[in-house]
Amino acid sequence: MNFDTLLLLGSIIIPVIGSLMFFLGYPKNDDLLKKVGYLIFGFPFLAGVILFLKFESSDGYCFELLYDRMGLQELGITFHLGLNGVSSPLFAMAGIVGFGAGLAAIHSGNERLHLYLGLLAFMLSGLMGLFASVDLFFYYLFHEFALIPTFIMIGIWGGRDRRSIALEITIYLTLGALISLGGLVALNVLVDAPKFDFPHLSSALAEVAILDSTAQKVFGLLLFGFGILVALFPFHTWAARGYDAAPTSVSMLHAGVLKKFGLYGLIQIAVPLLPDAAFSWSPWLMWLALGNILLVGMVAVAQTSFKSMISYGSVMHMGYCFLGIGACSTLGIGSAVMLMCAHGLSVALMFLLASYTYKRTNTFEMSEMGGLGERTPLLACFCIAATLATIGLPGFGNFWGEFGIFLSLGESSNHLTFLIIAALGIILSAIFGLRAVSRIFFGEESKELSIEVEKSKLTDLTKTELLPASLILSALLLIGFWPQSISTRIDQEIDRRYSSLDGIMSQGRPACCPVDDVQSNENSNPTE
Amino acid sequence: MEAYLRFANDNLWGELWPELSLCLGALIVIGINLFSKSSNFHDRSGNFAILFQFLLLLIHLFDYLLLRHTFDRHSFSGMIKHGMHEDIMRSFFLLSSLIVSILAQSFLRVRKLRIGEFHHLTMVATAGLMILCQTQNFILFFVALETVALCFYPLVAYNRECAKGLEAGIKYLIFGALSSALLLFGIVLLYGVGANPEAWGAITPTVGQVDGFSFSALYHLLSENPNHLLLKAGVVLIISGIAFKIGAAPFQIWVPDVYHGAPMPVTAFLAVSSKAAGFFVLLNLVNGPFAGMSDFLLPLLGFVATFTIFFGNLAACSQKNLKRMLGLSGVAHAGYLMVAVMASMILPGSSDRAVWILFFYLFTYLLASFAVFGIMGIANVSDDAEHEFSDYEDLAKKKPWAAFSLVVGIGSLAGIPPLAGFIGKLLLFSVAFETKLYFSLTAMVIGVVISIYYYFGWLREICFHPRPVFEDDEPSHDSWLGSENSGLIKTVILSLVVASIVLGIWQGSIGDAF
Repeated sequence: MNFDTLLLLGSIIIPVIGSLMFFLGYPKNDDLLKKVGYLIFGFPFLAGVILFLKFESSDGYCFELLYDRMGLQELGITFHLGLNGVSSPLFAMAGIVGFGAGLAAIHSGNERLHLYLGLLAFMLSGLMGLFASVDLFFYYLFHEFALIPTFIMIGIWGGRDRRSIALEITIYLTLGALISLGGLVALNVLVDAPKFDFPHLSSALAEVAILDSTAQKVFGLLLFGFGILVALFPFHTWAARGYDAAPTSVSMLHAGVLKKFGLYGLIQIAVPLLPDAAFSWSPWLMWLALGNILLVGMVAVAQTSFKSMISYGSVMHMGYCFLGIGACSTLGIGSAVMLMCAHGLSVALMFLLASYTYKRTNTFEMSEMGGLGERTPLLACFCIAATLATIGLPGFGNFWGEFGIFLSLGESSNHLTFLIIAALGIILSAIFGLRAVSRIFFGEESKELSIEVEKSKLTDLTKTELLPASLILSALLLIGFWPQSISTRIDQEIDRRYSSLDGIMSQGRPACCPVDDVQSNENSNPTE
Repeated sequence: MEAYLRFANDNLWGELWPELSLCLGALIVIGINLFSKSSNFHDRSGNFAILFQFLLLLIHLFDYLLLRHTFDRHSFSGMIKHGMHEDIMRSFFLLSSLIVSILAQSFLRVRKLRIGEFHHLTMVATAGLMILCQTQNFILFFVALETVALCFYPLVAYNRECAKGLEAGIKYLIFGALSSALLLFGIVLLYGVGANPEAWGAITPTVGQVDGFSFSALYHLLSENPNHLLLKAGVVLIISGIAFKIGAAPFQIWVPDVYHGAPMPVTAFLAVSSKAAGFFVLLNLVNGPFAGMSDFLLPLLGFVATFTIFFGNLAACSQKNLKRMLGLSGVAHAGYLMVAVMASMILPGSSDRAVWILFFYLFTYLLASFAVFGIMGIANVSDDAEHEFSDYEDLAKKKPWAAFSLVVGIGSLAGIPPLAGFIGKLLLFSVAFETKLYFSLTAMVIGVVISIYYYFGWLREICFHPRPVFEDDEPSHDSWLGSENSGLIKTVILSLVVASIVLGIWQGSIGDAF
């Protein structure tokens, strides 16, 4: 075990140790608590960044760590960590957002701060583990690690209607998780690979051909299971309500990082393993994704509260990721990964800034905030930058993601309709984003704001607030101005893995699996 | 003379030493109670019972884990079978009855109920359960079953001053008698045909002697005549009798009422031991004597499993009383376990994967249920039968360790990773998929999602802030002030909780069995 794998393991274990310490009520001293908090939330961040920089593109995984006596070895389940070209940028993103959320939590002044930090650290360990695990079972397990604290934290520190929302979100997410678990178990049983991880599954699949109809069913399970977790269109209602009610750090981590679980699963598991099924499901996926973009986008336009607008906006942008996956091409899927990274950062930043505005104005209603910009110029700057990033203007990471997805849609004549409709979505997000900025920061000072100003002097961003915001923003800008920093490795990984996909696309019909033959075999079997 | 000698040589009483010593211990407990004068001594009989069962469990584990008495062997002219599976079930029952005794000790003391008799009854019931799981003959089967049932009737109505308890006792008696009657009728039908197959139009099996009580003879009879109407009726009646015991639909009606009224330790005992025995017996029957009829039984069991899962989960959603809710959720768990039984019928005979999965599930269920019932047992509610959600409001602040144990226990019952219950469910899913039981699998997935509603509804009360208190509110009764805080119970519950967590993450070499 060398230094790098230790870092990888530490980014999962240190938050757990920290959370146990916080649960037991240590450290008792407030100052010490803050320092220890910096350490615990800082470690995954450092590990993520260091491993991101040290990552060398190669075939498969770097920094591997394997322990195969965890107990379910008969099912091929092992404790297997490692990073590949797709997971390493996401891992770093999780570290950055986790650090930001941790800093926001440490200075949030919530009651029962120990419990709050403990649950948040536990959630963070699950998030880091999710992107670091090669084994599909642990990938699922870490997701659930992160899910349980979400329920408790929304219930205790949430906003209005927190009790019913906490239950609603849990039921939805369990439904999604169990359906996708069904898909994973199906893969495990059908393929019967010696190890339940991606490389073994794909090499085993090359030898054992699954019937096309079975593959379609399994892909459907994975698609809708993961889809519910990512708030795919008809199953999206929990997401916005949940983020709206959740405390800031939870919204940041959930909307920014945890929700990427499903997309990551589709990209790493479902599409590359079952490319033909993915191709035949893709029209469904695309239409539903358009539902996300247009319908949820219009709902976002109608919001009057800043936070719910961000929540609906984040659900809407998931639609673009789905479109990229639905395009079934290297370019589309690579851009979807890029958008995932950028969206995770930008939506976390938005939630963070929303909580800063709330601190100053005591409301999320945009109409009651008018003219805040004059009093808090720095906050206004950050907010405008984050909004522009969300809309997808050049200079921020989101631009490259959305741009790539549009290009990939344009590649195929079948997808032109989707391209045209999806492009309308950009207008929608510009409407709600820019209108929010203008309502909050510009114009005349509203009555409610003047009352707040009289009560307490409004201050601009403090140092402790500035740190997480500028950290996330600089990461966004880095991707925006130098997309190659992440695109090269994503591209290599996707290229290696999706070599069959582009063939399917160019022929407009499954290429590597002769459908007719399989079907005729199926038909002829009973007669024999 | 020679023939009798052969029988006598076959009576290996030594093989039954755990059951025999358990009965001996039970007699000593009642003896201590009888000859002691001050009530002080009653405590002592309880302490003796706990210590005795603990030692017995240790020796039994040593016996089969270290001395490796794990090969299959028969004794008492083939009436009893010993082997690895049976030994695991024996230690399961010993462990369960040990925990029940520990939980009961302070429960009985606080409520000023008699202590010695309780331990006597649990120990005798446990001995009966252990025999029940090893029997290979319907006569012994019925005797063991009735021993267990006769111990459970007084246990359910143990608190004679509680109206709900008496009601539960009567209900359990009536339903128990009904189920015994069904079972007996089924046995009689099989015996009748088995004794003289030709008279009933059945084919006499070519192998073995015809004995309508012995499992092995019945196996041959049933596999030669899988479509015989009387035999089918007998099998269905026997399975109905067992379905009563495990609380599978449509024979689950007694479950909520009896769980509701019975004292907490007895509820736990019923939920864990009685149900586990029912499942092991069912497993034995469908893979032993009834194996020839699996084409007929599989759809039947599949229907029962699906119906049980949906009924248990949907009915539990609307319950206000926690004991009723747990009873109905136990019904749902019975449905999940039924899927494992079905999978064991489909898997080829050499693979006992499904059996190991059933064992793992039963153990995780034991760990989680006792943690939950244990915490409920120490709550200081005015009436033991009436546990409401509101009694658990904000428990996390009042008693953090109890809240933590409850959260882990409920989470494990709900099947939330990284707890042991999740691994159990995962293994069930995987074996159901392997045996192509897609319909039951779908029912399981839907059932688990429904169960989140009531399990997490309870967690919500435990973890989250209660409603704000207004000044004109009546002072509410705090069920956790002055509640029992015995060190032993705390240790036991916390070790159950730790085991639940550890088994959820790391199963080590147990996993080789799956």
